[in-house]
Amino acid sequence: MDTRKTIYMDHAATAATDPEVVEAMLPYFAEKFTNPATLYTPGRGNDEVIEAARETIAKVIKADPGEIYFTSGGTESDNWAVKGVALASEKKGRHIITSAIEHHAVLEPCEFLKKRGWDITVLGVSDTGLVDPADVEKAIRNDTVLVSVMHANNEIGTIEPIADIAKITRAKGVIFHCDAVQTIGKIPVDIKALGVDMASASAHKFYGPKGVGFAYIRKGTRVETFNHGGGQEAGRRAGTHNVPGIVGMAKAIELADARLGDGARLTSLAEMLWKGLVNSIPDMLRNSPQGNSLPGFLNIVVEGVEGEAMLLRLDGKGVCVSSGSACTTGSLEPSHVLLAIGLPAEVAHGSVRFTLGRENTEEDVKHVIKEFPKIVAVLRQMSPTYKPDCRKGGLPYAI
Amino acid sequence: MQYSKKVLEHFAEPHNVGTMDDADGVGEVGNAVCGDVMRIFIKVKDDRIDDIKFQTLGCGAAIATSSMVTDLAKGKTLDEAMTINRDNVATQLDGLPPVKMHCSNLAADALHAAIEDYRKKQAAKAG
Ligand SMILES: Cc1ncc(COP(=O)(O)O)c(C=O)c1O
Repeated sequence: MDTRKTIYMDHAATAATDPEVVEAMLPYFAEKFTNPATLYTPGRGNDEVIEAARETIAKVIKADPGEIYFTSGGTESDNWAVKGVALASEKKGRHIITSAIEHHAVLEPCEFLKKRGWDITVLGVSDTGLVDPADVEKAIRNDTVLVSVMHANNEIGTIEPIADIAKITRAKGVIFHCDAVQTIGKIPVDIKALGVDMASASAHKFYGPKGVGFAYIRKGTRVETFNHGGGQEAGRRAGTHNVPGIVGMAKAIELADARLGDGARLTSLAEMLWKGLVNSIPDMLRNSPQGNSLPGFLNIVVEGVEGEAMLLRLDGKGVCVSSGSACTTGSLEPSHVLLAIGLPAEVAHGSVRFTLGRENTEEDVKHVIKEFPKIVAVLRQMSPTYKPDCRKGGLPYAI
Repeated sequence: MQYSKKVLEHFAEPHNVGTMDDADGVGEVGNAVCGDVMRIFIKVKDDRIDDIKFQTLGCGAAIATSSMVTDLAKGKTLDEAMTINRDNVATQLDGLPPVKMHCSNLAADALHAAIEDYRKKQAAKAG
């Protein structure tokens, strides 16, 4: 076991809440605890706090404050978009278009609707994970009510041509939802320039608290209410506001926006990591497209080794990453994203995702470049499928 | 999902890793499409498993169960080794997460396949 500090390289999964964010949230638990809807003196102010947060967020993504709706996170925002549009447009049609690499928070609601009679077209992607806008155009029919394509993929980091797709949906009068959970707070997002009708965001991806997010709903977009109850969020999303969460999210997006410049550093760190690994590990593929990935993203597959085994050994060296192997997806199938970009299942099981963030340094990358090739060599030594006749007996490295 | 300490120990430092040029029996189970392949090599002397090696492609549980099976089988008579099953292996490792019980606990099957391979070869020799 290595004694050095933990090197966290799983920022696409979640990130540590920024201490400044925590500080901004603290007063809203016990001291300023009141329900924003109350009228008595101690409760006054929390409604303004909520509205100030809405304005902060709207300003960062260049939306109108009235187009921002607070939710419990990315999953809720995605569910709201898919099911809310489906229900609001039932009379127009029951056809939805999405892509094969969407997050489960989009794909599962689509599956749910499919069982209830909706027709779902799932568009394939290129070997770098790109959705072709021409495919979207071809798939749109008279009864199409929604197109949902993510801004950037959470496993391989590919950034999609959202503005091009939006031009098509706008011309055809179809609502366009974009899961921007991986991009908002990480790369510049100008929601009006993207041209989407709806977008999803989640605070914990940009160093905010977990369990809070927002939905952008362009004025005039017809979406059914998802959470019925009290009249919060203009009657469209009921539930007492998560005041500390919302305050934290606004602080987090403000801080993230001021640090967008860090993206260039993260991109070059991921590049350094790739170069270091590819120099010393044969039979390895890169899944994150060079030049069109989110900052800090490096998804690779290593032949003849299984992902969870690499993940656990990296953990033994203090490095936290994730994998798209069946063992780590919790099903019998490897990641649907890796299969969609054309990797055979036996290759996809060997995936490792490094997602770098704020606190990662060149030293961290060097540590991985030093340790990971040894891990791969040891596991390949054990592997009956990796050139089994080349090696015998003992291990070349101490474990 | 949490692995027991024993599983992690066997995963970090697996026993009896390797291949054998002159194995008396070889058993292989699983397939790469599912993400798990195990191969076990045995050397048999006086009806006992005199030496045993394994190679495994797979997750932490797959590697740890392979290591445990080789430990359990070493020195046993072939009949005794045939009684080692998935449940014994999991118990000896202080349990496995439920999702791993089926897909990544194939090592006992690989051992049985190696013994059967040995017996088949012996039968062929005996003519
Ligand atoms: C692309 C994408 N969409 C949706 C989600 C779900 O967001 P949340 O964890 O806030 O529910 C995630 C994160 O897990 C994601 O990466």
